[in-house]
Amino acid sequence: MNPPRSAPRRRASDSLSLPKAATGIAGLDAVTGGGLPRGRPTLVCGAAGCGKTLLAMEFLVRGASEQGEPGVFMAFEETPAELAQNVRSLGFDVERLVAQKKILIDHVEIDRSEIEETGEYDLEALFIRLGYAIDSIGAKRVVLDTLEVLFASLGNEAILRAELRRLFRWLKDRGVTAIVTAERGDKTLTRHGLEEYVSDCVILLDHRVTDQIATRRLRIVKYRGTSHGTNEFPFLIDEDGIEVLPITGARLDHAAPSERISTGVPGLDEVLGGRGVYRGATVLVSGTAGTGKSTLAAQIAEASCQRGERVLYFAFEESPDQITRNMRSVGIDVASPLRKGLLRLQAARPTLQGLEAHLTRIYREVRGFQPRLVVVDPITNLSRGGTEAAAEAMLMRLIDFLKSAQITTVLTTLTSGGGPREVSQAGISSIVDTWILLETVESGGERNRFLSVLKSRGMAHSNRVRAFELTENGIRLGDATDGKRQVRKRPANAPRSAAESGGRRPRNRERARK
Amino acid sequence: MSRQSAPQTPLATAAEDRGNPAEKWDLRLYVAGQTPRSLAALANLKRFCQEYLEGRYSIQVVDLLENPQLARGDQILAIPTLVRRVPIPMRKIIGDLSNTERVLVGLDVRPRAS
Repeated sequence: MNPPRSAPRRRASDSLSLPKAATGIAGLDAVTGGGLPRGRPTLVCGAAGCGKTLLAMEFLVRGASEQGEPGVFMAFEETPAELAQNVRSLGFDVERLVAQKKILIDHVEIDRSEIEETGEYDLEALFIRLGYAIDSIGAKRVVLDTLEVLFASLGNEAILRAELRRLFRWLKDRGVTAIVTAERGDKTLTRHGLEEYVSDCVILLDHRVTDQIATRRLRIVKYRGTSHGTNEFPFLIDEDGIEVLPITGARLDHAAPSERISTGVPGLDEVLGGRGVYRGATVLVSGTAGTGKSTLAAQIAEASCQRGERVLYFAFEESPDQITRNMRSVGIDVASPLRKGLLRLQAARPTLQGLEAHLTRIYREVRGFQPRLVVVDPITNLSRGGTEAAAEAMLMRLIDFLKSAQITTVLTTLTSGGGPREVSQAGISSIVDTWILLETVESGGERNRFLSVLKSRGMAHSNRVRAFELTENGIRLGDATDGKRQVRKRPANAPRSAAESGGRRPRNRERARK
Repeated sequence: MSRQSAPQTPLATAAEDRGNPAEKWDLRLYVAGQTPRSLAALANLKRFCQEYLEGRYSIQVVDLLENPQLARGDQILAIPTLVRRVPIPMRKIIGDLSNTERVLVGLDVRPRAS
């Protein structure tokens, strides 16, 4: 039912280390090299509202429904009804799993006001209770959410600590794979120092707000006996549960296909060594407003659809209807591949969500739709959702992911008018394979569009500037030197600035002088 | 319900002159096996009842090792736990009941210190 998740990168050492229990949570198994330590407790900590309970519940639900491992959820804070309701929005039918005896929810109710302590005690009843729950459904997984409530309810911390130590040992002896959640402390990982009892695996969740946009992040603080990603991984909670973006971009081991695909623009294929771009390549189309970036991207998409390949088009500026209409006016047929299901248009306002949320969504859509070509139009808007450095890192992750799946990617980016285009987007220009620059030059009362290939890895590409025309029958590349020569031939009878008459080069020189 | 199947150990049930005879105390002590702590709690409880609730109480001892499902059903965490079911409101006292003062307060025999 689920699209294949990106396979965890296994290393030889992983298979020799601890056995693992796959969580089934997208991305988390990749980050942990296969899942949580089997038969051992894992501590999941974080501030209120960071997604601890949801992560724990998804671990149980996926275990019960996908891995055939029933689970016990011991809830110290929420009632079974509340829990079921909270995760229903993630598409989990906990009540059904409870009815099938695949999940058991035990709500531990502690009312401080009705408890009086009169001497020595222990928490044996909690052990009996948990043990009985485990036995009654044959549970392999256990969640304790969150134990720290005990600290607020019971006064004797010495007893409590001794009993918690015993509890963690007991969980190990029972051989259940457990998640224990805890609130984050001021200076410590957890408010009551639970990390001192859990030695195998500690996961920290974080929910941060930067520039009014909230981003969730996950970090593996510790995972004994396993090489794990130490970075913070952004994650998302949406209607399909939790999704962790596992791509680190640290490894460069993508296959490099030698297959070439046509851009659908005959003149452009010619410029690109005569045969178009490589499959799986990342193509950046940059230019100022109105240079025809979206049109070029759409044309490449249309060509892909005509080959019968699926295309996923993320539009961050225009609605699907608008794109369809606009492309029709230049002879690009977007409507029929849409109807056939070859093309999927995803339109969203970039500011609605954080950067990570966008990229996670892209990631998920790609896995679901399995396209051969992805268009992101434009990536410029994505970086509004966060800092520039964050935007760059995320784009790198995206490019990395698409590349490893051998999906050809077309990214458009808006350069501000007059800006030095080689500098803007410098961060990502180094990781794209083919960079196409579109520009308009005004001369003699008309604006002409030009196209040039700034770089294209692995192919002999033309260094000539071409005229770029939008006709009723699509894009046409003309001989650019004609256009340029005309500009130069024109007598300078009207007063004109150097920048206007000479195209971009003098303008750049002006900039350099500043 | 399954509660009825709990082994009952009625230790003393007698009418008492003093107090309201209708207000009969229904006490339940949860233990896990015959541990020294459980035995101490039971002994303390009996002594306490004879002294303060003579003739108007019943004690039921529930061994969770025999009836583990009752731990969940009755919301028990700690061992030993004494539950006053009647009179309402319900009261829970955890520990071996060695601190008589706290037991008196916990069971509302004596008003809580403000």
